[in-house]
Amino acid sequence: MSLLTASGLTKTYRMGEVEVQAIKGADFRIEPASFVAFVGPSGSGKSTLLNMIGCLDHPTSGTLTVLDTDIATLDRSAAARFRGLNIGFIFQDFNLVPVLTAYENIEYPLIMVQKWPAEKRREQVTRMLKAVGMEDQADKRPDQLSGGQKQRVAVARALVSNAKLVLADEPTANLDHDTAYRIINLMKKMRDETGTTFVFSTHDPKIMSEAEVTFTLEDGRVLPATHKQEAIHV
Amino acid sequence: MFDIFKIAVRNLSRYRRRTILTFILIVIGMVAVLLFMSVTGSFKSMMVGQITDSVLGHLEVHRKGYVASIDSLPLNLNLKPEAISKIEDTLRQTDTVQTWSPRVKFGGMYSNFVETTAIRINGVDPQREAATVPLLPSRISEGRKDGVLLAKGEILIPILLARGMKSKVGDTVVLVATNRDGSVNGKTFVVRGVIESVSGPGGRDGYIHIDDARELLRMKEAEVSEFAIRLKDSTQLERTEARLKQALEGPSNKDGKPVLEVHTWADLSPFANLARMIDLMTVFIKVVLVSIVLVSVMNVMVMAVYERIREIGTIAAIGTPPGRILSLFLSEGLLLGLIGTAIGTLISLALILALNIWKIHFTFGLQQELVLAPQIGAVQVLTIALMVVGVAVLASLQPAWKASRLDPINALRHV
Repeated sequence: MSLLTASGLTKTYRMGEVEVQAIKGADFRIEPASFVAFVGPSGSGKSTLLNMIGCLDHPTSGTLTVLDTDIATLDRSAAARFRGLNIGFIFQDFNLVPVLTAYENIEYPLIMVQKWPAEKRREQVTRMLKAVGMEDQADKRPDQLSGGQKQRVAVARALVSNAKLVLADEPTANLDHDTAYRIINLMKKMRDETGTTFVFSTHDPKIMSEAEVTFTLEDGRVLPATHKQEAIHV
Repeated sequence: MFDIFKIAVRNLSRYRRRTILTFILIVIGMVAVLLFMSVTGSFKSMMVGQITDSVLGHLEVHRKGYVASIDSLPLNLNLKPEAISKIEDTLRQTDTVQTWSPRVKFGGMYSNFVETTAIRINGVDPQREAATVPLLPSRISEGRKDGVLLAKGEILIPILLARGMKSKVGDTVVLVATNRDGSVNGKTFVVRGVIESVSGPGGRDGYIHIDDARELLRMKEAEVSEFAIRLKDSTQLERTEARLKQALEGPSNKDGKPVLEVHTWADLSPFANLARMIDLMTVFIKVVLVSIVLVSVMNVMVMAVYERIREIGTIAAIGTPPGRILSLFLSEGLLLGLIGTAIGTLISLALILALNIWKIHFTFGLQQELVLAPQIGAVQVLTIALMVVGVAVLASLQPAWKASRLDPINALRHV
């Protein structure tokens, strides 16, 4: 059973008097525990697609089902709850809370979103810090960490609440090449360990080659997937 | 909730200068209000004490209509023995009443055998008057202050009259008065002392013994113009007034109209207006405090939301419910209010303590070296503190609401 199914998905924005169709009738499926990339140049619709998958935006038409839930039916609060329970996010600019340490940033979703008890939280955060190799940097605040370290913390934060799907919008865009590779490999390792599906967007050809399934976007259209392994069916 | 407070504290410490500035504004406002309330409250209590303890007493009972025509001191509105007996019975049964003093008041002419002038006379029982208005003896500026207030055949004259008529202690003077029937009578008195006026009625009042007053007015029966009443505890004023009104203003004459009326000192003294003005000024000062807290907290919270839009977008994107985002920002406003209030209260109490150690002296009439001892009650402090904290939360409400309603996509795009 697919983790995510899009059928006839469109998204249209109104910019003043002009209507811009960002996604034009996309049809695709993503299977659980897959490692997927949406690739394409800037403005091709990658972020719009990820926003809809992440329940941050509603489609204009068509259906998008994530974990058996039609995201068009979710209101603001229900969407927040759904994201908190099922989806992790990794951002291009890391977006860590600057006043919190690495440990506290990872712990944040467990306090503010899922309200885990303190002891269970401590175990989970420690486990995640170890998994992303940041146990020695736990007490450092974001301004004391390098870009790669920040993104490791962001990966841990995305996975800490046992998300079934992690969305990463250009996660390596602000990193140097070596660090970018390490982050992508970390994401793949975490997928292997946790079974979480990772979906990321990129326009870096070297990074996109790391994906097992690649969807190319051209001017709002999602082209048929290319497979590195047999995990995804379009 | 503790975790939200922890994050809120971190967020406030992130913009240290701005947070400290907001604290300073709240502290200044708190200190200004609490000091003003303590000083003016103490001044008011002291002045009320001066008026009640040296002239009026806490309450007075008159025949109905007497106060309305008090300027002419009407003898035909004096209380008759039957009413006097009823009033004294009631006062005896009222446990909050400490003592009372009957007075006979009338207007007369004062003569030093060379010149004559008008005078208002209070005929009093010296012991009971001194017990009811214990500061009265301290108003005597010349003459004997020890022993009884005055004896039969003696008069205490107001200082204005003593100066104008060049009367001295020990002089023999004549009082001439017209009684209710219109017959004129005179009686000689020896000046026992000169008495200073207090703010309010009594500026031209002299004092003689009540028996002398009745003799001068040729009263056939022991009439009384008014009863001045002293309470055991002045805070029981309203309660006692209500009880006395119920007991004394209820009975009516044959025309169905009340015979007696009860007044508090505030009904009789113009200082009550000044006291009301002080209360009004306190309200204005509170409004200023509310404005300071409202503007400063709102400013800091609006800026906090504006500067943290991307951060809000992030926490919203990862699933933080709008209600929790609202709580986070409200907590920051609450903490600003709580900490500012705590510091402001501590500084205010320290300053009030300092003012009690280095006392404020002032003179009021003949009362020299009056010491102002600022005090403030726990209820007043708590009321102001709750007001400040409440306003701080209220000021955070709009920015917090805005933060909780931000669209995550737009917030994440914010530069």
